[in-house]
Amino acid sequence: MTEPVKEGGRAWLFGDEVDTDVLAPGIYMKGSMEEMASHCLETVDPAFAPGVRPGDIVLAGANFGIGSSREQAAQALTILGIKAVVAKSYGGIFYRNALNFGLLAVTSQADITASPEDRLMVDGEVGKVTNLTTGETWGCDPVPPHLLDMIAAGGLVPSLERKLAAQQVK
Amino acid sequence: MPGQTLAEKIIAKAAGQETVTAGEIVTCRVDLAMMHDSGGPRRVAPILERLGAKVWDTDRVVVVTDHYVPAVDAESAHILDTTRKWVAANGVDNFHDMQGICHVVLQENGHLSPGMFVVGGDSHSPSGGAVGCFMFGVGATDMAGVLVTGETWIKVPSTIQILWSGNLSNGVSAKDMMLAACAKMGMGGGDYQVIEYAGETISGLSMQERLTLCNMAAELGAQTGIIAADQKTADYVTAAGGNPGDIEKWQGDADAAYRAVHEFNANTLSPQVAAPHSPANSSGVENHAGQNVHQAYIGACTGAKLEDLKMAARVLKGRKVASNVRLLIAPASTRTTAEAAADGTLATLTAAGAILMPSGCGACAGYGAGVLSENEVCIASTARNFKGRMGPGNSDVYLASPYTVAAAAVAGHIADPREFLNGGGA
Repeated sequence: MTEPVKEGGRAWLFGDEVDTDVLAPGIYMKGSMEEMASHCLETVDPAFAPGVRPGDIVLAGANFGIGSSREQAAQALTILGIKAVVAKSYGGIFYRNALNFGLLAVTSQADITASPEDRLMVDGEVGKVTNLTTGETWGCDPVPPHLLDMIAAGGLVPSLERKLAAQQVK
Repeated sequence: MPGQTLAEKIIAKAAGQETVTAGEIVTCRVDLAMMHDSGGPRRVAPILERLGAKVWDTDRVVVVTDHYVPAVDAESAHILDTTRKWVAANGVDNFHDMQGICHVVLQENGHLSPGMFVVGGDSHSPSGGAVGCFMFGVGATDMAGVLVTGETWIKVPSTIQILWSGNLSNGVSAKDMMLAACAKMGMGGGDYQVIEYAGETISGLSMQERLTLCNMAAELGAQTGIIAADQKTADYVTAAGGNPGDIEKWQGDADAAYRAVHEFNANTLSPQVAAPHSPANSSGVENHAGQNVHQAYIGACTGAKLEDLKMAARVLKGRKVASNVRLLIAPASTRTTAEAAADGTLATLTAAGAILMPSGCGACAGYGAGVLSENEVCIASTARNFKGRMGPGNSDVYLASPYTVAAAAVAGHIADPREFLNGGGA
């Protein structure tokens, strides 16, 4: 049994339809992931990439990550240190990519309120988002157990690594 | 037993179950995995190496180079070299190197047929639904998982039906149908469910126009788009060298439950234009007429198939591109170029002053030749006009059909293509 997936950190606020071209701009696609990450969301919030600290959380509106299948959109967030995303809905491919990189992405229809720098806590197992600064809590959709296990392992590749190792032991 | 939609039937077959229910999470066997040079070998190879794993079934893998072709610098040359070496080292015979954009090449070569469960390493993978298969886009890590195990998980989507009745007017196309749907339903309207296109208008559309519809299911935020196979599908797949199988087997049940049905009428549809920076910002061309453009771009899987080029040619025949506009045309595949050369379409386009570009994703995704400068405006037959996609954050892209893009190229600003078709004869 792995640890329940809970993440806490400072909130970064975004609106609806943050697309993959602003998360991972195509013009940086040939360079390193670190370079790509340094441009993540710069056309929406230039303070984001330089300001993120490990453990921070993105709070966004509807259709977060809509657009391309480029998983660099999710990977850039993890490289910057983002641990969880809370959004009203997701671009479907982005959602899968986020989980594959061990990023806890939860969906909540609640009107979650947070000021920049408020501290949030996300519990994917019971389905709860807490603003630790104001003390308010909201519900979110719980993440299915097999996906929580994958996130806890650090994503799809580490999770496959374990499975393949377990098969070899047998 | 409740009726099943077409998508549910395909997922159930892939999951080895009699039926599936929307919302259920199932593990599916993958019939085919397609990847391209950008999200393909260069991303999946390090994962396979780390896992010490090999491709589960090389006959079920198709690799296409389209994003970085032809190479323009050392980085893109290296990406293509990496792709070619991986394909050779892993014994993948289904390799289409510089033959065009993956979604078009896949169908041209008969790789897809009704009832297949397919993953593609590209967000416009819903294009595959045009031949009645369930094909959706995944990222490179998901793709690596498929390459190792031959399986992937899926949360069974519900199906939203888009019903079209009536006939399209002269100068109106599948692209206009999709821009109208984006305006009405929004980019979240598909809610990562399946969009099934049906109705008399759809039956009347060619396979290439059906591809355009399914392709832009991505812009509705759907997991995929699909059109149930008919005789036209079977004939197309057979001619492409594939095996259509039993198309009667891959139809939705009459009593299948749809989450929603959206009805549209083709008779009243006018040419549509999407303003920056979202396909959902669409409305009739009259609302955008007179908008200046620097570049007109006919390209991409969405808008540069043979029929798309023919639409542009009907507007451009006997006319010249305005002096303040550059018209770039990147045919969707090398086969498209060959066919357009053989039937005279290319001659019409180039005589009008169009600049012919290599087949590939090109400027659509901001990867290749034809990107924009600061504050430039482009009208494009592509699928997306997100901020910064085709150039700097302050460049603007308007989306429209090939007819409307060609009309803008001739007029020097956005214009109603029907003004250039009347009297010209269809």
